[in-house]
Amino acid sequence: MKRQIVLGLALSALAAPAMGATAPSAVSFAEGAVAGSLTGTAGNPEEGMKVISDRGLGNCVACHVISAMPDVAFQGNVGPTLDGAADRWSEQQLRGIVADAKKTFDGTIMPSFYKNEGYIRPGDAFTGKAAEGELAPLLTAQQIEDVVAYLLTLKE
Amino acid sequence: MKMRILAGTCALAAFALSGLSAVADPADDTLVVNGEIQMITHTDKAPDYIDGLSEQYSGWHFREADTRVMQADDFDNPGMLGVEAATEVWNAVDGSEGKACASCHEAPESMAGVRTQMPSFNEAKGEMYTMEMYINECRAERMGAEAWDWDSSDMVNMTALISSVSRGMPMNVAVDGPAQSYWEKGKEMYYTRYGQLELACSNCHEDNYGNFIRADHLSQGQINGFPVYRLKDAKLSSIHNRFKGCIRDTRGETFKPGSPELIALELYVASRGNGLSVEGPSVRN
Repeated sequence: MKRQIVLGLALSALAAPAMGATAPSAVSFAEGAVAGSLTGTAGNPEEGMKVISDRGLGNCVACHVISAMPDVAFQGNVGPTLDGAADRWSEQQLRGIVADAKKTFDGTIMPSFYKNEGYIRPGDAFTGKAAEGELAPLLTAQQIEDVVAYLLTLKE
Repeated sequence: MKMRILAGTCALAAFALSGLSAVADPADDTLVVNGEIQMITHTDKAPDYIDGLSEQYSGWHFREADTRVMQADDFDNPGMLGVEAATEVWNAVDGSEGKACASCHEAPESMAGVRTQMPSFNEAKGEMYTMEMYINECRAERMGAEAWDWDSSDMVNMTALISSVSRGMPMNVAVDGPAQSYWEKGKEMYYTRYGQLELACSNCHEDNYGNFIRADHLSQGQINGFPVYRLKDAKLSSIHNRFKGCIRDTRGETFKPGSPELIALELYVASRGNGLSVEGPSVRN
């Protein structure tokens, strides 16, 4: 565990992308889970709520039901409900699933929100045109932390 | 008028029955157009060569009752305006040879059955041809007229006319012989996870049909209803235009309408619907 933290720090220092956050390629997954914060700044559950419900951000409710957000219309059902997520998963597991769910659920339909390479024909957002230059992950490191902070409030 | 009222009543009754369970499954309903064309919108058995599907459902089953009933009567189906417009073009002389479509093909009804086999391998040209390509071949080589753009209204309307005279007949594209390599390529694309969201056609339309992504009720992505009158666009849409939109929605780089990739994908997706009736022009949201 200690080595992982040290490695994480070393890599994030090397890559040093945005404001000291761990770069997507430097995130270390252990059986799908990510041990430490991606930013070192505690997640803000209220910001996480926005990311989860906003179509232009995470739009998690496109596929998941969250009963604690009754005002958010048209919650989808492609994925499991997130009610009680904090009872089923640890913070580290939730961070891993939000960052790259494919590391936990092999072949899942769920997009990888903290990843920026390895795509087939990546586009420039939703324009249909080819992406140019380095891609940004779908969410920032802090947004991942904010979403995890909100998910940790979902207890039954 | 009486017929139309009956159709409306049936659909409303079906809606009432489905009632609260309207959250997921395909609607339990049957489609009869103009009180006479019986549509096969559901089968218990997909073709053997389609591994991932047991049943087949037309996209019609995944739309709301008011959308479904619109397709049951040509007076209510806004896609039929495109058919009407194309009927005039069918009869109009165009190009250097002084011919109309009707000069060789007589009435549009002579095209009955054509749509069921599209796309098909064009022996003379040595490649897979969609309906759009056959239309342009006629225009350029026999009429001496200008080819139409893939997504021009003239082209989409003409495909609607030619589809409309096959309505009710089961889709039956060939997947073997010279078609096989195209089919394999299309199948590979169907399972390729494109774009930054890494979504393959199969993720939504095979694994999750019947479920919702936000307000979108996911269908099987069948193309037997094309061209489709999309209420949100208020116009007819070609198969390739829809494919392009789907790939764009994966945050991916799309393929161009008429590209070899989309032609192969069209063949494969059409084969997933072999056995479902031609519905074009259908109505969707």
